[in-house]
Amino acid sequence: MPDKPIEGLRRVFMTGNEVVAWAALAAEADIMYGYPITPQNEVMHYWTRLAPKYGRSFLQTEDEISAGFTTCGGVLAGKRAFTATAGPGNTLMQESITMAEMMRIPIVQVVQQRGGPSTATVIYSQQEVTMTCYGGNGEGLRIVYSTSSHQELFDYTIKAFNVAWQHRFPTCVLGDGYQAKMRESLFIYDPAEKDIEMIKTYPFVGAEGKPGIEREPSHLRNTYNTEEELNDVVNDLIKAYDAVASQVVESQSFSTDDADIVIIAHGVVTRAAQAAVQILREKNIRAGHFRPVTLRPFPAGELKKIARTAKCFVVAESAQGQLRKLVTDAIYGEKVPILDYYKPGKGITAEELVDYISKI
Amino acid sequence: MSVLPKMPASWRLETKPHKFCPGCGHGLILKALGEAIDELNIQDRVVFGCDIGCSLLSWDFFNVDTIQTHHGRTTPVVTGVKRARPDRICIAYMGDGGGYAIGSQHLVNAASRNEKITLILANNCNYGMTGGQMAPTTLPGMKTETTPYGRDVEETGYPAQGPEMVAAITRENAYVARGTVANVRQLKGYIKKALLNQMERKGFSFVEALSGCPTNWSTNAKETWEFIEKTMPKYFSIGEIKTPESKEAK
Repeated sequence: MPDKPIEGLRRVFMTGNEVVAWAALAAEADIMYGYPITPQNEVMHYWTRLAPKYGRSFLQTEDEISAGFTTCGGVLAGKRAFTATAGPGNTLMQESITMAEMMRIPIVQVVQQRGGPSTATVIYSQQEVTMTCYGGNGEGLRIVYSTSSHQELFDYTIKAFNVAWQHRFPTCVLGDGYQAKMRESLFIYDPAEKDIEMIKTYPFVGAEGKPGIEREPSHLRNTYNTEEELNDVVNDLIKAYDAVASQVVESQSFSTDDADIVIIAHGVVTRAAQAAVQILREKNIRAGHFRPVTLRPFPAGELKKIARTAKCFVVAESAQGQLRKLVTDAIYGEKVPILDYYKPGKGITAEELVDYISKI
Repeated sequence: MSVLPKMPASWRLETKPHKFCPGCGHGLILKALGEAIDELNIQDRVVFGCDIGCSLLSWDFFNVDTIQTHHGRTTPVVTGVKRARPDRICIAYMGDGGGYAIGSQHLVNAASRNEKITLILANNCNYGMTGGQMAPTTLPGMKTETTPYGRDVEETGYPAQGPEMVAAITRENAYVARGTVANVRQLKGYIKKALLNQMERKGFSFVEALSGCPTNWSTNAKETWEFIEKTMPKYFSIGEIKTPESKEAK
């Protein structure tokens, strides 16, 4: 059996789903649990071809409810486990994500957003933002990375495993159908090549020794008898999450220092926004761009600073205001007006952003 | 002078007396399971999963590693553990609602994939924890909170035959039985065989246990016992339904 899936650094031309499979392999993921749904299928297709060569496992479950809960089981057994899904599958998976956030189970979920509501299209959207950040009954105590390129899919899939296991919150790599299905060139690498050390995993159940005699049994529950008891547990969780938030929050700013108009966009739309800023600057329009990389926790502090200097925000997203809600909440109290550029389930180009902003 | 009842060694004494209602069948099923764990000497290798519903009250019942999950989701959680750690002996414990209604897709698929896990299901003809609604196992004519005039089979069908269904969809190496809290010795025997079937990596193993719910049945001790011993077996036949040796029985 070959030692490492990737030696050193390799330049490749791949689809995003293939990239995710390679990243999980490179990140020493032990097992994937999954259920077919477009546009995520090829994550499984590549994983099932590659995994046995490196002693890794796969289970095709009966649905995404099961995929999420088996992933929880795999993690509880001490393995670096992950799953991937999209759209209605993400909906079904929210039940297990809430269990993971309440019981601090470090599962990794990759989501390739498709058009909604419900089944709609298998192509592309940014309509799973609210659900991926806050789905299920609970407080949304999870970490969500919104990637914008194949390179980022690779980088952040590796990172997601370490962030999940370091902080013990479920962690999601939020891609989309464009990233999943298109080919792009990128570098794939052995994490050691970049001095990334994969965090050692450990079992939450099934450790050695006779429980009750040689060690305490591990009794993991999510059932509480009183309001006070639950409130204490949730308060502790939120405290832990808030402490983690400042360590993991990520954003990027492009020419925002002197910008009058700042485009706020995430995921692949950041690429249109970055290009638009360049074109607008050439036309002597002082445009800038702010990109939250983590949607949860949201980089509110950074955005607030920009809100104090910009004259106008434009929220551009392939959804009807899901990012906008996060933005509004983050900058509450600031006076900057916000314009919306919504195209639910449809891609956004640099040219149309330039057009729109030129007319403001 | 009081004499402590004899408890299985794998039980956690600190959490006894247990949290189930007086007269509930769960204590007896878990006694059979506890003795089976003791006799097979597997306490250090068991991972026990329990569902939502009354079965969740077993989350701190044993001195074994335990995960309490969501309604119907114990089967996939335990499957996930087993796939990741095949050396552990994984038990999924649930009620009839968890196994035959909200988690039925997990039961069907775990059985047809021949997962090397052991599922133990308490059948008490109703949803106990939520206050006594109709379950897939509610008997014809039986009154529950959602069938206040009695279960009408024309409208809601007949009681689910869980073990028979599992026997029908599994291959020859599965173990399937239905026991009852009215015969704990026999039930323990079935549970032991179900665990051994997993330990020998033969296949999926499943034991349904007929159980009582006097709180929601509104029955006294005598009536409860009569219902379990006499009425329930009219719809649910007790015995081994499929064993690796005999293939499908009956």
